[in-house]
Amino acid sequence: MHVTLHVWRQAGPGAPGTMETYDAPDISEEMSFLEMLDVVNERLNSQGREPIAFEHDCREGICGSCGMMINGQAHGPERGTATCQLHMRKFADGEHIYIEPWRAKAFPVLRDLVVDRSAFDKIVEAGGYITAPTGAAPDANLTLIPKDVADAAMDAAACIACGACVAACPNSAAQLFTSAKVNHLNLLPQGQSERYQRVLGMVDAMEEFFGSCTNHGECQEACPKEISIDFIAYMNRDYVRAQLKNRKLLSQD
Amino acid sequence: MIGELTGNVPTGPLADAWTQHKFDMKLVAPNNRRKFDVIIVGSGLAGASAAATLGEQGYNVKVFTYHDSPRRAHSIAAQGGINAAKNYKSDGDSVQRLFYDTVKGGDFRSREANVHRLAEVSVDIIDQMVAQGVPFAREYGGLLDNRSFGGAQVSRTFYARGQTGQQLLLGAYQQMMKQVQLGTVELHTRSEMLDLVVKDDRACGIIVRDLVTGAVTRHSAHAVLLCTGGYGNVFYLSTNAMYSNASATWRAHRRGALFANPCFTQIHPTCIPASDDFQSKLTLMSESLRNDGRIWVPTDADDTRSPDQIPEAERDYFLERKYPSFGNLVPRDVASRNAKAVVDEGRGVGPLKNGVYLDFAAAIERVGVHVIKERYDNLFQMYERITDEDPYKVPMRIYPAVHYTMGGLWVDYHLMSNVPGLFVLGEANFSDHGANRLGASALMQGLADGYFVISYTLANYLADLLGTPAVPVDDPVFAHAQATVDDQVKRFLSIGGTQSVDHYHRELGKIMWDYCGMARNRTGLEKALSEIPALREEFWKNVRVLGDGPMNQSLERAGRVADFFELGELMVRDALEREESCGGHFREESQTPDGEALRDDHRFAHVSAWESGGPGGTPTLHREPLTFDNVHLTQRSYK
Ligand SMILES: Cc1cc2nc3c(=O)[nH]c(=O)nc-3n(C[C@H](O)[C@H](O)[C@H](O)COP(=O)(O)OP(=O)(O)OC[C@H]3O[C@@H](n4cnc5c(N)ncnc54)[C@H](O)[C@@H]3O)c2cc1C
Ligand code: FES
Repeated sequence: MHVTLHVWRQAGPGAPGTMETYDAPDISEEMSFLEMLDVVNERLNSQGREPIAFEHDCREGICGSCGMMINGQAHGPERGTATCQLHMRKFADGEHIYIEPWRAKAFPVLRDLVVDRSAFDKIVEAGGYITAPTGAAPDANLTLIPKDVADAAMDAAACIACGACVAACPNSAAQLFTSAKVNHLNLLPQGQSERYQRVLGMVDAMEEFFGSCTNHGECQEACPKEISIDFIAYMNRDYVRAQLKNRKLLSQD
Repeated sequence: MIGELTGNVPTGPLADAWTQHKFDMKLVAPNNRRKFDVIIVGSGLAGASAAATLGEQGYNVKVFTYHDSPRRAHSIAAQGGINAAKNYKSDGDSVQRLFYDTVKGGDFRSREANVHRLAEVSVDIIDQMVAQGVPFAREYGGLLDNRSFGGAQVSRTFYARGQTGQQLLLGAYQQMMKQVQLGTVELHTRSEMLDLVVKDDRACGIIVRDLVTGAVTRHSAHAVLLCTGGYGNVFYLSTNAMYSNASATWRAHRRGALFANPCFTQIHPTCIPASDDFQSKLTLMSESLRNDGRIWVPTDADDTRSPDQIPEAERDYFLERKYPSFGNLVPRDVASRNAKAVVDEGRGVGPLKNGVYLDFAAAIERVGVHVIKERYDNLFQMYERITDEDPYKVPMRIYPAVHYTMGGLWVDYHLMSNVPGLFVLGEANFSDHGANRLGASALMQGLADGYFVISYTLANYLADLLGTPAVPVDDPVFAHAQATVDDQVKRFLSIGGTQSVDHYHRELGKIMWDYCGMARNRTGLEKALSEIPALREEFWKNVRVLGDGPMNQSLERAGRVADFFELGELMVRDALEREESCGGHFREESQTPDGEALRDDHRFAHVSAWESGGPGGTPTLHREPLTFDNVHLTQRSYK
């Protein structure tokens, strides 16, 4: 197939950027989207033009490195699919494809399609863990965890921190990411001791970097792991309770 | 000078060796730990667990990763599970059995004492990870669930859907991030280690390039821990993440660290076959699928019917036929070689006839589609996205691909290389898997090293250095190492050739796969040994790296590929020298009458540890003899 790419090029952080157009003939439908970019980059390189910088690593939809706006949609047209898992068969011959980096104040562009997502790590640092120092753990089967609880925690924990939720949100809010991280731990029995301090710490860190949620739900649509916005509701509930909860009565819920 | 190579294994009965040794090793008192600087390169399972643990204990830890976040390390992609001798299923598992299975699975080319320790601490890993909040799969009653993996007749594999590596890494990463917040761990992301600094024969620091600004900096410490993963990407196509590379270990090798068993590569039997030249990587379909999938090809090479039209009698379930007691769950090397054999006979399936079927029809009929969905849905979806075929309806097509490297930097029982102060953890070392790794044992080893071994052995090393300051970064050894890095960057940017880095990587990968892949022989290896240096020479003359210093992905790759060229050559040399078949190393000249790997224990029951010969020089081989006092050397059989 033959497509035309319009790609955001930016030399460095703070540098001005522009959309550039590249003709991409002889593309196979079997290629993944990133393999198509590899081919375009090879051709650019042979013409003495600098290849397009983009991030990727696992190419299996699990590491969260990849991510770009494709025709205005985070990770492109296919639901529940990260950019690296998207295939060219999802595009039409002759199509014009617009490729841009994530757009959000908290994700400054470093080069071309590469952005800085370290604000996510800051949110985790602010409470996204269970304190269990190495060597101090009891036998793993001591605490029974009902299957439904383990499954729900896993649904939240499936987040790959790609940033699509932020990029898709008109307010650049990070509620879906933060709620996934909070609930993975807050739903589990092991996470109860730090439950309220966790949600306070993480939500406060989130608000330092990101905008506010006004319930558009675009994040859920864009999420390659199809994480549900129900988690945002659970997080808000815990956040409100955290303001009121007497910590001395924590084990008497 | 490197003298006699010994593993520094404690004496005394194996079962008590680690416990006794923990008591015998020196300690660093809590108030002295902050006087020690420790550099950890890599934040995968091995690096993150080590950083969290050492940070908690009070050391000054600096972590470096080339990823933008520690959570993106290649460990995140592990699918199937992690082994532990918990015996929660009461099906006969024990530390002794996990030890035995691992030594046998590794085809008797690992160090018994290391493997025993690994089996012992495996049980603590599961406890630790559950405490950390890893949502392992549960049964309805709330207890942990298990599945089976190849090379074992018990169910000892713990899993979190098809995302076990992701969940374990998040556990270790989160634990480490708490230490970052507390200030015991200093995190450097998008920072690539490009050299090891050695002074007076001890490791004393590293040289790092900032991948955003291009700035090169020096970092010193009392000890350096490399947790930088494996080198499967030397083959270009593999299941490893695209960035995975060998530069950290290779550059340490150039500074004196021995590289052990480089030719021991694992080819994983269940990957999606390549579809064309543009293929950039291969996708693994977890080994856990072999619990329920049956592997077959048509009996007749010319059969062109769709798989559902081929009657039972005209299918060859070749693993079940040849290995009745393990069936589809034979170890990876055996499964891979058998798949290659039927494809070489012309019985491969798919448009390029380059795969075998992995068929779930029988399992779906037995347990119902919902159970199969519950177990593997994300893998089935991944398969469908790539191939556009629905594995609930048509059998998957699979073929072996490079997956894991058992070889790595040589370490002793303390995980310390022959360069004092340089420790190597996780896939980057050679230690526990011999010539073949069992499924679900890499995650186990990475976490064993990082959580339960290094804090003891590192303290034992540091105890003698109390009161000794770290080497200052203005020492000439640092300046010298930095100059090497700067020179290489300048050299790449000035070659101005015509071909891309990827072009050379692909060409190298082809040589490696053709001559040093699933089956190897003298003629092919000798050919590779002449082709690789020629291609490398061309690379250095004709590669084109555009742009300048700051964020430059071609420049990053160029350095990694340059190292792959040297490592690839060493792998070939090692494969040539080892004139026996063992585990993943199959020398066609050494096989039993029915085509199984034939070891030569008389000549090769040793670790081959190579000393760098310097640029253009010939490497020197050192041997560490292996003894088997607890598991008796036998020809492996899975029949
Ligand atoms: C697709 C796939 C599935 C797998 N499934 C399983 C499974 O089910 N069970 C199992 O037990 N094993 C599995 N494995 C194997 C297992 O995932 C790996 O062996 C293991 O995760 C390696 O962990 P590690 O910590 O040693 O290294 P990695 O996770 O590879 O981490 C390497 C780290 O080092 C850093 N790094 C490397 N070089 C440098 C440098 N020069 N400078 C700075 N940083 C550097 C990287 O940024 C990264 O943080 C699988 C492997 C693959 C490829
Ligand atoms: S490259 Fe890992 S999620 Fe896309």
